[in-house]
Amino acid sequence: MHDMRQWRRRELVGLLGAAAAVPAWAQFRVEVTGVGLTQLPIAVVPFRGDADAPQKIGAIVQADLERSGQFRAIDPSGAPGLDESSRPDLSPWRQKTADSLAVGSATRLADGRYDVRFRLWDVVKGQSLLADGFVVVAADLRLAAHRIADMIYEKLTGDKGVFSTRIAYVTKAGPRYNLWVADADGENAQSALASSEPIISPAWSPNGKQLAYVSFESRKPVVYVHDVAAGTRRLIANFRGSNSAPGWSPDGRTLAVTLTRDGGSQLYTIAATGGEAKRLTQSSGIDTEPLYTADGRSIYFVSDRGGAPQIYRMTAGGGDAQRVTFTGNYNISPALSPDGRWLAYISRISGAFKLQVMELATGNVQSLTDTTADESPSFAPNGRLIIYATRQPNGAEALMTTTLDGKIKARLPGKGGDIREPDWGPFQR
Amino acid sequence: MKQSLFLAVALAAALAGCASGVKLDDVPVTDRSAQPVTPGGPGTGGQTQVPQVTAEDTLANRGGPANVARIVYFDFDSYVVKPEFQSLIEAHARYLKQDARRHVVIEGNTDERGGREYNLALGQKRSEAVRQALTLLGVRDNQIEAVSFGKEKPAAQGNDESAWAQNRRAEIAYR
Repeated sequence: MHDMRQWRRRELVGLLGAAAAVPAWAQFRVEVTGVGLTQLPIAVVPFRGDADAPQKIGAIVQADLERSGQFRAIDPSGAPGLDESSRPDLSPWRQKTADSLAVGSATRLADGRYDVRFRLWDVVKGQSLLADGFVVVAADLRLAAHRIADMIYEKLTGDKGVFSTRIAYVTKAGPRYNLWVADADGENAQSALASSEPIISPAWSPNGKQLAYVSFESRKPVVYVHDVAAGTRRLIANFRGSNSAPGWSPDGRTLAVTLTRDGGSQLYTIAATGGEAKRLTQSSGIDTEPLYTADGRSIYFVSDRGGAPQIYRMTAGGGDAQRVTFTGNYNISPALSPDGRWLAYISRISGAFKLQVMELATGNVQSLTDTTADESPSFAPNGRLIIYATRQPNGAEALMTTTLDGKIKARLPGKGGDIREPDWGPFQR
Repeated sequence: MKQSLFLAVALAAALAGCASGVKLDDVPVTDRSAQPVTPGGPGTGGQTQVPQVTAEDTLANRGGPANVARIVYFDFDSYVVKPEFQSLIEAHARYLKQDARRHVVIEGNTDERGGREYNLALGQKRSEAVRQALTLLGVRDNQIEAVSFGKEKPAAQGNDESAWAQNRRAEIAYR
C-alpha cells in the first residue's frame, strides 16, 4: 500500500511552555508583490487539528514558503480530513497544477504537548517525498511549523531553509524602545530589552546566542553584548565620546566598532568579552559600519575619506583600503551574503535612500525597491533573502524581505509602533 | 473550556516570565544578571524564552550659565559653528572656566535623512565642532565630552525643512 515510513520523532525541547503561545498577534500578513518565473506550485492543506491548536501549522508553513519567493501557493480547499496518513487522490491536485502537496496533523497529547506530523507528496509522480514529526510544547508549535517549512524547502529547492531562524529588530512606540527577538517571519516576538532611550544596530553573534547593540540609555551611545537566553548583558564599549556600529568577527571573539575617543569616528577592534580597544583606521574623516567577511580576513566599512560616504574594503588588521562602490555619492550600510558573492547596501539616489545589491565579481549593481527610505539590509543565512527596514507610502516604518532579484517582497508583521533595525540571525542547531 | 484553561496557564507563565526581567532603575546603569528562565542545553533545538531587560535613563540636565541658550544650530550638510553662535559658546566657556569641576556633554544631532550609523558619525562632527570651539576659548579638555545622538532624538517631528533645521543641532548638556 502506501509508503509508510518510520516516523522519526524529535522532541523540540520546549523551554518554558506557554509564554509565547497566546496568539494575539498571530495574523498572517504575507504581502507578496511581484511574480517569480520559477516558482514551485505547492498546496499546503490545513493540518488536521489546526482548528483546535493555538497555532495554525498549515497556514504558517504556506506563508513561509510563499515569502521565500520560490513557491506559489495553490488553493488547498476541498480536501477535508487529509493528513499524513491519508493516501490522497492526487488527480484533483494535478488539475489545480500543484506539483507538491503537504498534509499533516497536530494532535494534543494528554500531557498538553502536541504531536505534529506531516507528509510531502510529489503530485506529478504520485510519490511520498518526505514524512516527519515532532512532539512539542504548545509554545513551540510555530517552531515546529517553521522546521516543517524548512524541510519542505530543502527537499524541493536543494537549499537550506531559514524559516526556523530568528531575527532581531527595534521598535519605537511613543517614548519606549524595545529590542525584539522574533521568528524569521516577524511573529512570536519577545522583548530582550526595553528602554526609554534609543537602541540601534543590533547584530547577532555568529552562534546566534548573543546580540551586540548600541544603547543610548546613559545619554550617549555605548555598545552592549547581550546574552539573549539568559537576559544578561555586558557593557563592551563605553569610551569617551560615542561608541557604535558593532560588527562580529566570524569566530565570535572580536567586535569591530566605531569609537570617537580620539576625535572623529574611527574603527577599532575589541574583544567580545570586553577590554582594550585597538585602533584599525587612521583617517581624518568618518570611518564606520565595519563588517567582517565570512573568512574573517577582510572588513568592509563606510568612509567619507574621498569626500562622500562610500563603501571600502581593507584587511581585518587595518591598512590600505580599496573603494568598492563607485556609483553615486552616498553609499552606506554594507551587508554581505554568506557566500561573499553579493553586497547589499543603501544608496542615496535623487534624494531617495534605496536598497542596492552588487555582484562583487562583476561590480554590477541592481536597485531592488521602489521605496525611498530604505535602511539596514541584512542577508538571510542561506543568502536567498534580504531583510531591510523602509518607510511605507503612508509614512509608517516597516520591515520587508526581498529576493535578490527584487521580484518577491513581503512585509513582516511586527509589534506596534515604528519598526526598524532588522538583523537576521544565523542557522540554529 | 480546555482551550481557555490552557490560555490562562499560558498567561500565568508569561507573567512569571516577565517578572524575572531585570529592572535597571539606578544610575549609572549597572548590569545585574537575570536568572535564565529555563536553561537551554546545546543541541536541544528548542526555542528559547527571552527574558526582558529594562533600561532607564534618569540623568537630568542641570547647571549651566543662567539665561544662556544651550543649542547650536547647523546648516544643511554643515559641521561648522556659525558666527551667530559665538557669543553663546563664549558664555558657556566662561562658565566652565570659572570652575574646573564643571562638566558638559555636547550632544550632536542630525535630521532624519539617511542611515542611523552614518548620521551618528555626522552628529559627532557637530558635537566635535562645538567642543573645539570651547577648547579654543580655554576650556579644559577633560571638562567636555562630545557625543552624538545621530538622528535618534529629533527636537521637531516632521519631514520638511523647518523640522530638519531644528534637528540639525548640538545641545550643551551639564551633568
